[in-house]
Amino acid sequence: MTLLDAVLSALDALRLHKLRSALTMLGIVIGVAAVIAMIAVGGGARQQVVAQIRSLGANLLVVTPGNVTQSGVRLGAGAASTLTDEDAAAIMNEIPSVQVTAPFLRGGAQVVAGGANWATTIYAVDLGWFEAREWEVESGRLFEPEELSRGAQVAIIGQTVAANLFPGMDPIGETVRVRNVPFRIVGVMARKGQSSWGQDQDDVLFVPLVAGRQRVIGRNQANARAVGAIYVKVRDGESLSMAEADVKALLRQRHRLQPHQEDDFAVRNLAEIAATREASARTLALLLAAVAGVSLAVGGIGIMNIMLVSVTERTREIGLRLAIGARQRDILRQFLFEATGLAAIGGAVGVAFGMAAAYGTARWAGWPLLIEPGAIVLAVVFSGLVGIFFGWYPALRASRLDPIEALRHT
Amino acid sequence: MAPLIETQKLTRLYRLGDETVTALADVSLTVDAGEFVAVMGPSGSGKSTFMNVVGCLDRPTSGSYRLDGEEVSRLDADRLAAVRNRKIGFVFQQFHLLDRLDALSNVELPLIYAGADRRGRRERAAEALRRVGLGDRLHHRPTQLSGGQQQRVAVARALVNGPKVLLADEPTGALDSRTSLELMALFQELNREGVTVVIVTHEPDVARFAARVVRFRDGCVLSDARQRPADAAAELAALSAEKAEADAAAEAAA
Ligand SMILES: Nc1ncnc2c1ncn2[C@@H]1O[C@H](COP(=O)(O)OP(=O)(O)O)[C@@H](O)[C@H]1O
Ligand SMILES: [Mg+2]
Repeated sequence: MTLLDAVLSALDALRLHKLRSALTMLGIVIGVAAVIAMIAVGGGARQQVVAQIRSLGANLLVVTPGNVTQSGVRLGAGAASTLTDEDAAAIMNEIPSVQVTAPFLRGGAQVVAGGANWATTIYAVDLGWFEAREWEVESGRLFEPEELSRGAQVAIIGQTVAANLFPGMDPIGETVRVRNVPFRIVGVMARKGQSSWGQDQDDVLFVPLVAGRQRVIGRNQANARAVGAIYVKVRDGESLSMAEADVKALLRQRHRLQPHQEDDFAVRNLAEIAATREASARTLALLLAAVAGVSLAVGGIGIMNIMLVSVTERTREIGLRLAIGARQRDILRQFLFEATGLAAIGGAVGVAFGMAAAYGTARWAGWPLLIEPGAIVLAVVFSGLVGIFFGWYPALRASRLDPIEALRHT
Repeated sequence: MAPLIETQKLTRLYRLGDETVTALADVSLTVDAGEFVAVMGPSGSGKSTFMNVVGCLDRPTSGSYRLDGEEVSRLDADRLAAVRNRKIGFVFQQFHLLDRLDALSNVELPLIYAGADRRGRRERAAEALRRVGLGDRLHHRPTQLSGGQQQRVAVARALVNGPKVLLADEPTGALDSRTSLELMALFQELNREGVTVVIVTHEPDVARFAARVVRFRDGCVLSDARQRPADAAAELAALSAEKAEADAAAEAAA
């Protein structure tokens, strides 16, 4: 009996009981889907972290107001007004390893120009922001120091905002209204493109910190000098963790915190954020691995069960095949192929579902979709092995049948 | 020339707990190529046991069995499978066709295990079906065929690999008298073409068509006699003529 004959015969047998075959495959489908999703999620999360560090720069600290717990998770924003632009200035002036600080506020708003309007993200910044993020204007200019200090109503827009509010026009010198406050456009930023997590970084509008705080974003803040966060860019070659410790000490002193009091701010570097992200990705991957393991085992037992039923049902067929010249190993192979076929087809369907799940997760979490072809091959091969493992015993039983008794079976 | 089938003191015991059942006791029998033998005997006399040993489905407890000059009573399972595939054609009482396959694929099965190539296989299977008069039923499934036709498919399957002997255990057991007669006519035709046929039956009406009748009792050969076989084809023709006459008479009466 040739291999092709054996494969065709196995598929034939599976086709005979379509529903039963499909239900039997279900466990394998779920298991393999989980494996594929697991690998994709793990890879995607890691990829995202790497890309994020690359896009923001590894030598950037992020200072945010509010408490932190030991695990680094922010709890409430009760002391949200504690961080000010004066803190930023102090960090810049008093810590030598700091290259620049960028206090800023962020918020969403509808912006209007002429008949067009567009929902975008507003950043209220000073010049430090552009230096910290290493981002330049393409046309026009950055803010003048004088505009920053007096809170002039000027704005710089990203490429996406320019394209949507001023299609085919030069936006420089035009006016946009942000929450009904008019701002004159002085610059357009260079294109930055999509961030690694799928966010359009060019969909943005910058205003001077003072103007933004007073007229657009920070109007309801209790403290008139409060900022949403401060970027601290550490000089190349300086230790990030030492700079972090310096910033903490300085802010504790400035905020007059007693030794027994907790920080009313949080300093995080991107390595830390990366670690947190990776830890949660690992947890998810572990969970999926457990699901995969359990459902592959359950799926395998399901295959074993259905194959035992099939062997009993087809005892007379086995007897007949033996009578016309099938050897024991031909029978063994026939049933092994059926079990393996069930598992491998289940595996292929599982790959499809797993890829769909990975795609969905990537979209939802803003990760790049990362599916390695090797993982797919591995998943299908592995499910085939599950089929062989759990199909072995039923197939062995079939091949050991006595032809005379098998033929007499009713 | 050596006989096709030659058994010497063939014994088959079954152990049931403490008891030993003697299914075959010292059976010495020879069948030459080209013979048509009917094996008869009451139920439990060892006919099936004999056929199973002769068909290499079973091995004797003791004694010797030479098939086509080769001692096969001590071969291992794989060798026996090969012998069954090449030299034996089985026909069973319950046909044992696979319902999910059409007639052609059913007949093809022995060739698959013989390792024949695909194209030659289908051609030979079709040829075997034509030989049993089912050339126009190649793609019918067993459920779409009458009992007599199903048994013919089984005969084609037994013939397809060119066996030395056709073994049939109660082949007419599931057929009515007319289809039984048709099957016997087919066996006689095949026998005339040179196929050796051994059938087990407890119906004297079926045994009439064999040229030799071997009777078993309690696992032993009771008698072994040659006879002038009845002509199944002729009886079939007579039956048809009778029926035609009866139909004509019925028509005239109406
Ligand atoms: N597998 C078996 N186990 C025990 N006894 C058996 C078995 N097969 C047959 N026998 C016994 O062997 C004897 C002959 O059986 P069998 O050859 O089937 O008779 P027949 O076909 O002539 O009716 C009977 O007494 C039967 O009970
Ligand atoms: Mg019997």
